[in-house]
Amino acid sequence: MSAKKGMEVSIAASVAAKLARVEAIAAYPITPQTHIVEHLAELVANGELEAAYINVESEHSAMSACVGTSATGARTFTSTSAQGMELMHEILFIASGMRLPIVMAAVNRALSSPLSIWGDHSDIMAARDTGWIMVFCENGQEVVDSIIMAFKIAEDRRVLLPMMVNLDGFSLSHVIEPIEFPSQEDVDRFLPPYAPLYTLHPDKPVTMGAYAMPELYTEAKYSQEMAIRNSKTVVKEVMDQFSKEFGRQYNLVETYNIDKADTVFMALGSINENIKTAIDLLKEDGKELGLVAPRLFRPFPGDELAQILKTKKTLAVFERVMPGGAMNGPLYNEIASLVVQNGLNIRLENFIFGLGGRDVEPEELMGVFDRISASSKITHADNKNYGVIGVRS
Amino acid sequence: MAKPMDQYKWHELTVGCVIEDVGNAMEYKTGDWRSSKPVSNREKCTKCGLCWLFCPDAAIHQTADGYYETDLDYCKGCGICARECKPAAIVMVEEER
Repeated sequence: MSAKKGMEVSIAASVAAKLARVEAIAAYPITPQTHIVEHLAELVANGELEAAYINVESEHSAMSACVGTSATGARTFTSTSAQGMELMHEILFIASGMRLPIVMAAVNRALSSPLSIWGDHSDIMAARDTGWIMVFCENGQEVVDSIIMAFKIAEDRRVLLPMMVNLDGFSLSHVIEPIEFPSQEDVDRFLPPYAPLYTLHPDKPVTMGAYAMPELYTEAKYSQEMAIRNSKTVVKEVMDQFSKEFGRQYNLVETYNIDKADTVFMALGSINENIKTAIDLLKEDGKELGLVAPRLFRPFPGDELAQILKTKKTLAVFERVMPGGAMNGPLYNEIASLVVQNGLNIRLENFIFGLGGRDVEPEELMGVFDRISASSKITHADNKNYGVIGVRS
Repeated sequence: MAKPMDQYKWHELTVGCVIEDVGNAMEYKTGDWRSSKPVSNREKCTKCGLCWLFCPDAAIHQTADGYYETDLDYCKGCGICARECKPAAIVMVEEER
């Protein structure tokens, strides 16, 4: 077991990619990019990492180049954020449709307009249905571990899909955290070299990304959908294997203090650490609140969530994105569909928070808990559907 | 393809719909997309080969006597050959079926 090292989480993410022995990286190195690809560029330039580093002219080209390198059979990594992810949007579907196991660190940030460089989930929620496997991280250690696991999941022959590791912009990407890095030997044992099913090679020509007539398109997309749905088993397997090798257990859905609590909060990403602090503080006052945090977001762990939620009375879903005219936030909408399909008897609340980098302190979350507990009805005051935490009105 | 497209089940497709059988586009005859076909006048043709060069579907072949003819199994009737033919030896004629 190696000692913990203080490191900026972005830099740690690039060290994780290096430990995974990535062979190709394509990136457009300008804002909203992070230190992730900047540090990888340094590692390649200094000869510490033997990989092709392709500087391109836009994020659209970055993901296009990743599609190309992955198709040749190279272990491929990139990173993006905010507007960059939206510029990649078209190619995200191509990567998943072509079943290329690219791994991307997605640093979640707000979208313009108004201009903002700060953190929220506007970017990823606009890209959530692109057919990529997606996990959300709470801290730097999870980012490092998830990147290493992501290659093993994505490259599994039963999966062969691209995977995004989501980390919150600034509140994770730009903070220095104590992180334990596995040794290169251990990572090599856990993650053998990528053995692609198909490669672009003149010795054995194939066609990738071909045209599908209406007679085939539905079957092609259904086959892809089955792959992402079935990938859940492999995600679980890899998490368990990681725990055996490295001693840190991850789960599709993480929970905290749910045994005694009737009321639970749900959120994605680093806010969960604030929710845990709020839970501990509430406990001191004799109040019980639980946390149910989907680590895996795509494929959506519906069965696992239903199992946990079936004994709960109230669930508040917290989301860092404006619904954009939808009934509620995207995570809430999935939960509402899960509740109906499973016939659960649970009261649902939806709160929007932390947009464009606005902090939400544990005290504010405790206030939400008190407000919910004081009433048996839906408590949003400012909107019929969702409430917006801290909005001045 | 081993069988017609509309007979494939989802689990019979290759991962990512990769086509391992190189050149199987030959099996898909695009000639029935055509609304008009190129008709060549050998008296005007100078055997320059511009039609062959410009055909985007490689549907024009040179014959043993040096003239060019269109493979109507693949010609989509785009008319580029007629447009490029300098001596106007090729004209597009509406298909009647």
